[in-house]
Amino acid sequence: MTQATPAVGDGDLHAFVDGQLDPERVPAVLAHLRAHPAQAVRMAEWQAQRAALRAWHRREDPGPTPAAMAAVVARARPAARRSWARAAAAVLLLAAGAAAGRYWPQQDGPRAAGAPEFARAAALAHAVYVPEIRHPVEVAAGQQDHLLQWLSRRLGRPLHAPVLEDRGFRLLGGRLLPGAPAPRAQFMYEDGRGRRATLYVAVFPPGAAPGGTAFRTLRTGDGVSFYWMEDGYGYALSADLPESELQALAREAYAQLYPAP
Amino acid sequence: MGVEQILPHVPALRRYARLLAGDAARADDLVQDTLERACAKWAQWRPGPALRAWLMTLMHNLYLNQVRDRRHDDGAAGLDETAEPSHEPLARAPEMMDLERAVARLPPALRAVLLLVGVEEYTYAEAAGILDVPVGTVMSRLHRARESVRAMMEPAAGEPPRPPLELVRK
Repeated sequence: MTQATPAVGDGDLHAFVDGQLDPERVPAVLAHLRAHPAQAVRMAEWQAQRAALRAWHRREDPGPTPAAMAAVVARARPAARRSWARAAAAVLLLAAGAAAGRYWPQQDGPRAAGAPEFARAAALAHAVYVPEIRHPVEVAAGQQDHLLQWLSRRLGRPLHAPVLEDRGFRLLGGRLLPGAPAPRAQFMYEDGRGRRATLYVAVFPPGAAPGGTAFRTLRTGDGVSFYWMEDGYGYALSADLPESELQALAREAYAQLYPAP
Repeated sequence: MGVEQILPHVPALRRYARLLAGDAARADDLVQDTLERACAKWAQWRPGPALRAWLMTLMHNLYLNQVRDRRHDDGAAGLDETAEPSHEPLARAPEMMDLERAVARLPPALRAVLLLVGVEEYTYAEAAGILDVPVGTVMSRLHRARESVRAMMEPAAGEPPRPPLELVRK
């Protein structure tokens, strides 16, 4: 802020306080302060403010970095390795689609008791909330940004709600559900005929995720859940739909959540 | 050049955010949002500029946008020099405000400059880069910030001014 003109201005006084004054300018500033005691007092107050601010800053002790913050970075880190896993998973999913529905229930349907906890919790949450007429969701899709920020914050990792309108399902909104080690999220969708689908999302810290990332189905009295694990997230898409239709929905959701690299 | 090199900066971001956002919970929300933004934009970061300054840029963008959204009534103008420093209601307060309250009452854009320059010791040009404003704007905001804090911390009109050293009393 040093000017070519010799006149000393407020900019010089601030630069003096902040240690950013050109050394050649220092004698002029000092002479100015001697001639203008009121400005010297004002500058001393700025200096005191700066010292008090810095003391306040030193007093703040944020403590250890919360796991949720570290998780944000950890998730972004192994991008190269994950793209392989995604590609492999996408191939699996497509192969499953080619097997046209029958493969899924026969392979996995009878093993409901062996399904991971999150998939069973998803089926339960689906059964509980899908019949709700007036309160199917806590936060409606109209506030989608808020919904996603809120749920991401509570689960500790970024969440996305796939857009399934091409398949006839629009997002109604979402809700927060209990879970361990982190809360869970449920997004609800509805089609023009009032049929509802839910996407349930669980987040697991590194090492705590249930084993296996294969795509599986879980059949219950209220419909079918199609679930999978990816990158520390557990997803379950549930609906009372023909399995081929549900599978197409799941494929669409997966493609949006994990776009091919 | 992995994204994990962000992690060592997190404690400093959290400490700074407490002064910027006013309390620990809002500060951590802001840092969390900043980290998500940084990870999403990681490909845009080039090793040229300092990583810390880039993170500070993202954090200030998020923060100033958030407060702008929150107080849409006074709009963008409420964030910069045209805003009245909010000390007027306190002009008659019998007690001298402490520094933290005075800083919290500054318009956010003034507070950001005061902290970037005074606490983080960025040069005026660096602060201008982080906030994406001209250096002249940084200077005028810094001046308004310091004068507003000074006015807020002055005793009620009519009393003799306190010696400046009392500003640091706890």
